[in-house]
Amino acid sequence: MGFLKIFSKGENRPLTRLPSGSFTIDREGNVVASTLPQSFPAAHVAQISLQVRAAFRSAQQAEISISELIIDYAALRLTARELRGGAMIFLTPLIPN
Amino acid sequence: MAAEQKILLVDDDQNFLDVYRETLRKLPGEPAVQTANTGARALAILEAEPFHLLIVDLNMPKMDGLQVLSVARRKFPNLPLVVWTGMTDEHFRLRAYALGVDQYWQKPSNPQDIESFRLSMDSLLNRQVNGGFRGVQSKSLVDLIQLECQSLSSSVIKISNGRLDARIWIHSGQLIDAEAQQLQGEEAFREVFSWKGGNFEILPPEPERPRAIFTSYQGLLLETLQALDESKAGEATATASAGSAEETANLTTMTSLAAMSRFEGVEFALACAPEKPSCSWGLERPEPMQQWLRQVRQGFSSLGEQLKVGDLRQLSCKDQRHFITITPTGDGELCVGFQNKLSADKIRETLKTILAKWGS
Repeated sequence: MGFLKIFSKGENRPLTRLPSGSFTIDREGNVVASTLPQSFPAAHVAQISLQVRAAFRSAQQAEISISELIIDYAALRLTARELRGGAMIFLTPLIPN
Repeated sequence: MAAEQKILLVDDDQNFLDVYRETLRKLPGEPAVQTANTGARALAILEAEPFHLLIVDLNMPKMDGLQVLSVARRKFPNLPLVVWTGMTDEHFRLRAYALGVDQYWQKPSNPQDIESFRLSMDSLLNRQVNGGFRGVQSKSLVDLIQLECQSLSSSVIKISNGRLDARIWIHSGQLIDAEAQQLQGEEAFREVFSWKGGNFEILPPEPERPRAIFTSYQGLLLETLQALDESKAGEATATASAGSAEETANLTTMTSLAAMSRFEGVEFALACAPEKPSCSWGLERPEPMQQWLRQVRQGFSSLGEQLKVGDLRQLSCKDQRHFITITPTGDGELCVGFQNKLSADKIRETLKTILAKWGS
């Protein structure tokens, strides 16, 4: 039944190419500065901020003192640096292979 | 006239240091209170002048409280040691007492606790030390090696067992060589552990000794002890039935993880799969890491779906000492902790090899 795996991979979904840029959020999740184009959806910024803050917060609760997180997707790399409760987040589009 | 009593207070939180310096200064004996905000600084101060009491926080960056305590207990066996910490984990209490601390305190949070703490510190300062050996405990060779390596010491451990003689060389916390009978390096190290008992003493370091062991001390200890356990288990199960398939699978995973110690710069590894117990190597407390890992993977996987940027390929993070990679492996995750000083290329290459081996 191994052939079924090709249907469950999900890599054939169309991928969105996001722009490169960065933004900074404070400890409440408010965007303090951004170099992203204005066309970049605010909802995306909010979703990314939420996950990054949650990851740093839960790491702190688990006593793992991380200062930087790098998340590699097929078409995007997110780099988040901890900034006194907030974070500086870089978006780098990748070419899916 | 009695000499002035001196207390050394160690904590990375400057506010605590300021508050408790004043509190302790008001003890009846009016002791002099000196503070240090890092473990390394505390040890330097201890080397420079004698103290009558050392109070150490456990949770500190770089050199944590347990490391400070282990070095202090070894170098200053008559110095009373006190832990004060915000950590409630019983595991730390046990480890601290195993290192020979005199008292273990949760950081006082109300006036009553503060008063008890003061009284207790006062009685420790006034306690008559009657000479003889203090803090000497029944330590195993494993404890001793861990202690030496964790405190980044350099020494030679001489082990005698009747006519048998062996030596283990440690340099700056790294296990560099061992010699037993005609054996050298890792083989000699394993040989020592196959002895049923013996005495050991610590000799001055020999920094010129060429390195013959390249595996980390955690990896080598784990492998050696595992091999011993397995051989004991083999003997025990000669007449009994074989273990369950699940246990065998866990053992295989453990062995694979321990084998990662052979890769340069790999300090720990953790393998998780849903509904299965996780296996780890080189981590003192794998549970919080495992929980965080699952949480973060779930969170970022769903973020990837929302952003439509494809599957989550890898997660990496940096802490003060490690570069940690988390790679989804089918239904689970494989987390590998590298030394921070390794180059990005080296980490990438090593991880590729590890993942290839892990997959196979």
